[in-house]
Formats: sequence, C-alpha cells, structure tokens
Amino acid sequence: MTQSDNNRSSQPTIGQVLDERGVSRRRFMKFCTAMASLMAMPPMMTSALAQNLRQARRPSVIYMPFQECTGCLESLTRSFSPSIENLLFDTISLDYNHTLFAAAGTAAEAARHEAMEANWGEYILIVDGSIPQGAGGVYGTSAGESFVDQLRHAADGAAAILCVGTCASFGGIPYANPNPTGAVPVSEIIHDRPIINVSGCPPIPAVMTGTIVHYLTTGGVPDLDKYGRPSVFYGQSIHDRCYRRRFYDEGKFAKSFDDEGARNGWCLYELGCRGPTTYNACATVKWNEGTSFPIESGHGCIGCSEPNFWDQGGFYEPVTSKLFEDRGQIGGAAAAGVALGAASAYAASRRKKKRSETAGEEESS
Amino acid sequence: MTILEFARGPMLHFALAVFVLGVIWRIVTILFLGFKRYHSEPRNGLVKSLIGGMTVTGSRSWPHKEFIGRTGAGEAIGYGYHIGLFIIVLLGTPHVVFWKNLFGVSAGWWPTLPGGVVHVLSILTVTLLLIVLIRRISHPVLRRLSNFDDYFSWFITFTVMVTGVMAVFGLGGRYETILAWHIISFNVLLIWFPFGKLMHAFFIFPTRAVVGYLQSRKGAAT
Ligand code: SF4
Repeated sequence: MTQSDNNRSSQPTIGQVLDERGVSRRRFMKFCTAMASLMAMPPMMTSALAQNLRQARRPSVIYMPFQECTGCLESLTRSFSPSIENLLFDTISLDYNHTLFAAAGTAAEAARHEAMEANWGEYILIVDGSIPQGAGGVYGTSAGESFVDQLRHAADGAAAILCVGTCASFGGIPYANPNPTGAVPVSEIIHDRPIINVSGCPPIPAVMTGTIVHYLTTGGVPDLDKYGRPSVFYGQSIHDRCYRRRFYDEGKFAKSFDDEGARNGWCLYELGCRGPTTYNACATVKWNEGTSFPIESGHGCIGCSEPNFWDQGGFYEPVTSKLFEDRGQIGGAAAAGVALGAASAYAASRRKKKRSETAGEEESS
Repeated sequence: MTILEFARGPMLHFALAVFVLGVIWRIVTILFLGFKRYHSEPRNGLVKSLIGGMTVTGSRSWPHKEFIGRTGAGEAIGYGYHIGLFIIVLLGTPHVVFWKNLFGVSAGWWPTLPGGVVHVLSILTVTLLLIVLIRRISHPVLRRLSNFDDYFSWFITFTVMVTGVMAVFGLGGRYETILAWHIISFNVLLIWFPFGKLMHAFFIFPTRAVVGYLQSRKGAAT
C-alpha cells in the first residue's frame, strides 16, 4: 500500500463528514436531486448519485490562485446562507488555498507541500487565474517561485485539474489585448493531465459543485465541449434558454435601457446581449441560490464564459454589430473605384477612337 | 482569432472594400463611356423620351402577355425569391442591426419583422432557389445559356441563405460557427458581386430605362 493509498483510506467519507455537520438526509437528498437534474440525469439516478457521493472519500484539493481577482473564490464561498454547495466545498477540504488559509507565508507553503506529497497523484488541483509567462514569469511569483513553476510542479502530482473561471480556462482579462504580462490559460502550459474548464467571470457556484460531484461520483472527467467545459452545463447557449427569447422571436427589442421595451422586459439583443454566442447555465441554474441572472436584472449577457470575451468590442454593441469603427478604408475603396472607372472609360474610348481612325484610313485608301 | 472574429473582422472589411471598389469601378466606367451620338432628328422631346424610359422599365419587368404561358412561372419564381431575399435582408433583426452599424445610424424607426415570419420566408426562399436551379438545369434553352457565372452566383446566394437558416434553427453545429460560415459566404458574395451577374442588381433598371429612353427618342414604339 502506498502512502497515498493509506492517506486516502484514512480520509472520512463525504457521508460521514456531512453527518458530523448535522446535514439531514432530507437536505442531502434535496441537494442530490438538484445536482442530478443539473447534470441532466434521469430522476431514478438520484439515489445512485446520493449513495456514490456519500461513500466517496473526500479528496484532497489544492487550490492555487494565480493571476486573478479573487472574484471566483468569492462566488464559490459567499453564498447567502451556508448552502450545501459551500458545505460540500468545505467537505472536500482545501488542503491549500492561501486566500482562505489562516496560516500565511512559510507555514502555508509547508502545508501545501505536505498535502501534495501525502496525496501525490491523487489530489484535485483547482487553478484560479491565468499564468503570466512574460519576462520569464516575473509578473507573478509567490514564495520565491514563479506561477509557471508552481503550476508545473502542482500539476505533476494532480489526478485532474479544474480551472475555475475564465482566466484559468481561457486567459480571461489578463489575456486581453495587449496582454502585457504574457498571460496564458492552464491548457497552454499543461498538456498531460485531464483539464476541466469551469469558465465564467465568475463561474456559477452550482456549476462548480456539479462538476466536483460528477468527478467524485464517477471518478472521471465529464463529457467536455470543444473548449474543455462540462457539456452538461455549457451545452446550450444563454439565448436558447432565455426567458426573453419569445420577444426576440417576435422581433420586440429594447432600444435603450430606459425605454418602453426595456420596461416591458423585451429582448436585449440590440443593447449588446451576447446570449446567442455564450454557452453557460446562467439562464437555468441562475445566481444567488437561483434568484436570477443578469438578463433578468435588465442587463444583457456579456459573454463572460467565452474565450476572449473581453476583446469582442463594447458590451453594448450587438453580436452582429461592432464591425465598423473605421470607415476610412471603405471611403478609400470608393475613391479608388472612381479613379479606376475613369481610367477604364478613358482607355476604352481611346481604343474606340483608334479603331475608328484605322477604319477611316482603310476606307480612304 | 476565432473563425467568427476573422469572418466579421478582417475578411468582412476586405470584402466590403472589394465590393465598393468593384461596383463603383463598373458604374463609373459605364457613365464615362457616355452615349453614342445620334445624328438624326429626335422624334420625341426629352420629357416624352424619359416617360418612354420609365414605361419600358415597367413593361420589361413584367412578362409579355404573348409569352405569359411560357415565362410566367419562371418570372413568378424569380420575383418570389428576390422579394424573399429583400425582406429577410432588410427586415430580419440581426441584419437590421448590421446595416445600422454599417451605415453608422441609430434609426429607431427601422422596423424588424417577427422571427417566425423571417423563418418561414427563409425556408420559402431557399425552396424557390432550389426550384430555380432545377429549372436552369432541366430547361434545354436555359441550360445552354448558362455559364459558370450563373451557377456560381446561384451557389453563393444559396449558401448565404442556407447557412443563415442553419444558424437560426441551430442546425449543423454551434451558433457562432455557423454564423461565421454565414458571414464568410456573405463575404465571398460581396467579393464576387461586382465581377459577375450579381451586378444586375445595379444595372437592371437603369439599362431598361436607357433602352426605353433611346428607343423613345428614335420614335420606336415601347
Ligand atoms: S435577451 Fe439576450 S439571450 Fe435573451 S433572447 Fe434576447 S438576445 Fe437572447
């Protein structure tokens, strides 16, 4: 038996931890039902999911924040009430997260190394933030090590990597043009570990939990879309599930944020809504414990779960717009067209004149 | 750069520049060529000749009653898909947003049609375009008259329509990928436009009017 086997078998199961914390069976089943429906599982799978989840040993999780704003962590931990999502998040036990840790400095780093060693090859690595590679990685360092080196080392011992947020998944805001720090997403550095991208700025806490539950109950990586995101959460566009969709279909659009259309809750497409090109679960899972999502609050989707969302022009320009900031090129083409046309006509009339002169000469001779 | 960014970014700018340059080049060339000088006395004055020009524009845009049995169906189909194209392009919401942005106007008065109406029209237009192709291939005279220009102009119009329908109905892939192909095919159409028969959009009515005007000046019945 290896050290990590020993370590894992000594870990309590999630069921034991939840019992210890006084989570009732009813509440747990409610959570599992919600998770099952979130993951599009048939209802009869709920009890199997609950059983698997209770029996799963709590995994060791190393949470590495890099070039980030802590918004993702805020989203994951600041629920209104101690929801089962953050309880589960507690339950999986963060063996390292320097933002949440009471310990700091050398003690925190020692704890990380210890946890990594004890669970080498088994732990889940959660990455938050992009990784600056510019100037040899000096734009991001911690405990005397560059973020790039820290990520490489931590990834070596990980069973899987979960990228939380758009920065870790796709580079996010640091990656935006002109990307002064040479920021890159995890997938550009690590190629030999399963990577699950849970994008969003920030991601929906329930989506994060759902992904972890999937990993814990099946022991594997869920079905991913072309951007490495769990298809079950990112398979449909916001537009496809938006409650304002009928107004889009009826051609009823708010033209400004305070017009009659906006007050009537019409579609926000003309105000820049990125719902048609954004894939996420906001319209179904919603935010703040299912209260609402941005479109419900009257603001269009800004497409924060998509790669390069920051470089797609203004947030208030429609998807099929934002194309022409510079019309000079078209003016130049028009002027060139006039010049070319005049030259062609001149050449044609010269040819014609020459032909008629030749014909005249032939006739007179 | 994603395929959508490429399609609606540099490729669209390039295609528009080619379109504007090509269309203006062709129109200016024709305008500068001027008319042939007629030495005979005009039979009709300027006003009457202009009215003649307008009359011919109208009469040539309608099947001649003698041939209506033979050409009526073809013309009806032709009108059908042209009207469909115009309505979709000018009143479909994403297109209206595109035009407003292109021309730099806010134009709150510009109406849009309900999505359902545009969807039905799109399917009808695609069907009519298919009938047009079948007719062109199966009609012995039309087939002989057709060349690459006809088939390519049809193909690119059809591709723009089909990719648009696919994007709207979520067929064949993710919305943004199909949208990118829709814009790419539109870009190809823009590039091809000035150099092929699609240019008839600019020439068809002016040429009919000029023919009518000249005939009228010579005193020919219009
Ligand atoms: S508000 Fe946005 S997501 Fe909703 S229907 Fe309109 S464009 Fe689609």
